[in-house]
Amino acid sequence: MRAINKNWSIMTGNEAVALATKLAGVKFVSAYPITPQTAIVEKIAEMVANEKMDAKFIEVESEHSAMASVMGSELAGVRSFTASSSHGILYMHEMLNWVAGMRLPILMAVVNRSIGPPWNIWADHSDTMTQRDTGWMQLYGESNQEAMDTIILGYKLAENKDILLPIMVMQDAFTLSHTSEPVEIRDEEKVREFVGEFNLPFKIDINKPMGYGSLMPPDGPFMELKMDMKKSMYSGVNKFIEITKEFNETFDANFPGPVEGFMMDDADYALITLGSISSTAKHVVRNLRNQGKKVGLLRILLYRPFPKDLVINYLRGLKGFGVVDRSSTYGPFGSLYMDVISSIYGKLDIPAANFIAGLGGRDVRVVDFEEMFMRIMEGEDGEIWINAGVK
Amino acid sequence: MPFSIPKEEYMMSGHTACAGCGATLAMRYVMKAMGENTVVTVPASCWAVIPGNYPNTALKVPFIYTPFASTGATISGIREALDEEGKEDYNVVGFAGDGGTADIGLQALSAAMERGHNVFYIMYDNEAYMNTGIQRSSSTPFGAWTTTTPVGKDRVYKRENKKVVADLMMAQKVPYVATASIAFPEDLIRKIQNAKKIKGPKFIQILSPCPPGWYFNAENTVKIARLAVETRIFPLYEYAEGKFVLYKNPNPLPVEKYLEIQGRFNHLSPEEIRTIQENVNRRWEELLEREKGKVIP
Repeated sequence: MRAINKNWSIMTGNEAVALATKLAGVKFVSAYPITPQTAIVEKIAEMVANEKMDAKFIEVESEHSAMASVMGSELAGVRSFTASSSHGILYMHEMLNWVAGMRLPILMAVVNRSIGPPWNIWADHSDTMTQRDTGWMQLYGESNQEAMDTIILGYKLAENKDILLPIMVMQDAFTLSHTSEPVEIRDEEKVREFVGEFNLPFKIDINKPMGYGSLMPPDGPFMELKMDMKKSMYSGVNKFIEITKEFNETFDANFPGPVEGFMMDDADYALITLGSISSTAKHVVRNLRNQGKKVGLLRILLYRPFPKDLVINYLRGLKGFGVVDRSSTYGPFGSLYMDVISSIYGKLDIPAANFIAGLGGRDVRVVDFEEMFMRIMEGEDGEIWINAGVK
Repeated sequence: MPFSIPKEEYMMSGHTACAGCGATLAMRYVMKAMGENTVVTVPASCWAVIPGNYPNTALKVPFIYTPFASTGATISGIREALDEEGKEDYNVVGFAGDGGTADIGLQALSAAMERGHNVFYIMYDNEAYMNTGIQRSSSTPFGAWTTTTPVGKDRVYKRENKKVVADLMMAQKVPYVATASIAFPEDLIRKIQNAKKIKGPKFIQILSPCPPGWYFNAENTVKIARLAVETRIFPLYEYAEGKFVLYKNPNPLPVEKYLEIQGRFNHLSPEEIRTIQENVNRRWEELLEREKGKVIP
């Protein structure tokens, strides 16, 4: 990390995440290596070894065990972190559900990568999209700055006593994880104050022995606990807005919050995106605006809980829109598209296309976004695969 | 000074185990030896059900339920975090069945032991998946009937030998490894007390007879556990920091004494019983060699 001045540095997304865990006062890290996340784990191990980070780091033998061990450490009342990608996320699927049900505010950085076969290590959201219903909150970042900031915001959100849910913090493979960008390093003292002390209300205490996750029959409060989880998660949208405001005031920052509307105010047509391809989309929006076309972009940062009311407000008044899914899931349409359409059902009646783009790290180019805007302006809908055909 | 079993109880009555359950005796004795500064983790197993339905629990210590494969990993995280919190005096215990240890949990167990966390891993060995209704595990012994190794026309009862996880742990040079029995509670408790002196991973395998799974009457649980040792079917040993000690019974009983009172072995032919006896004799010789230092685990 090469310092530009006191607060700025040039760093990769992986480095930004690793540094953020130190700033946030993470005390226990357990992880398993997988490309392209490995550099996060290496950086944390290095910081711990050089006493630059006051934490315990263990390298476990699988992602399933990585998640099981941070479950143990959080139950013992220690702020914990792990990171993974791709097949690692799938391998821990069982534990993802378990720690969410245990209401443990664990943070996990995910460097989004495709799912094989065939083997492919490049950017694609299929890994976390397939885990969208595990009870984890999900935040998709666009830049290395957001890779750092979402960790800091994430701990404050996750550990809030009304929330107590784990959060996945996403960045795209290589585009962010291995690409250096200027990042403003948040002041450590202020971060500690902002995030606060971790105080799990039900942490392991021999003076208060209890069962954690014990058997619950159908007439036990099983269903009520699931209902409470959903309620807590969806109270997270407004909580995230509040926390974003406090973050921006504390750090003189410009973090967008659950969604970011870009040139949406008077737009007739818009695209909805997640992650780093949004930057290319914004470039295209500017170009088309210069040609007099009233287009905009809606970027979703907070995908779980899905901020449906905010989305409805942004889409109201549009003549058409398109949703870009960068994942291969096998419902009738892409996952993001289905979330958007079900959110506006009965409220807005607007033609909407579902673009599938950028799978397995395929570049989503300026011409691709131009094509997407062209097609929604022509009133197309249904599922459309972009820059994909016989190769 | 005569040795006595600690009077304190950490496992209460009113649990949901079957009559004559060996696994409950195992927990009761283990907890007496551990004491109140203890955190127990159990995976999917009979012991995930025995403490009772929410909001009840039969244990007087924090009791953490974890998915099947993850006992070794969960206790690793608990241990490291408690140490971070300055709670080094807590005993961190994983308490898992044979399926959760020898099969689905073996990877996490082996890795936790290799990383050297200061934890206890107790395997209560009832030699099959009992909570789901008696299915074969790799810890099921040769010759045993289970619902997935049935004795039908094809007589496909288990033909493979028992995987002895304690032996694997010795091969891995875990600092403390022992086998124990609910029929020898003083020995069991003394072993845990010895294990407590070692700062590092500890593994103890406790044979825990299961009346419905092994097909015997509930009053015979302790008797069968004792016969397992007296016939040398389940030898008791202790391996502490490289030193191996075998409990020797000078007048072993023939294996029939152990097999004949369990319905799960009813179908065995005299020839198969002879095979079991030969295997037991061979293993005993190997253990004696190991004690003499001729076999370095």
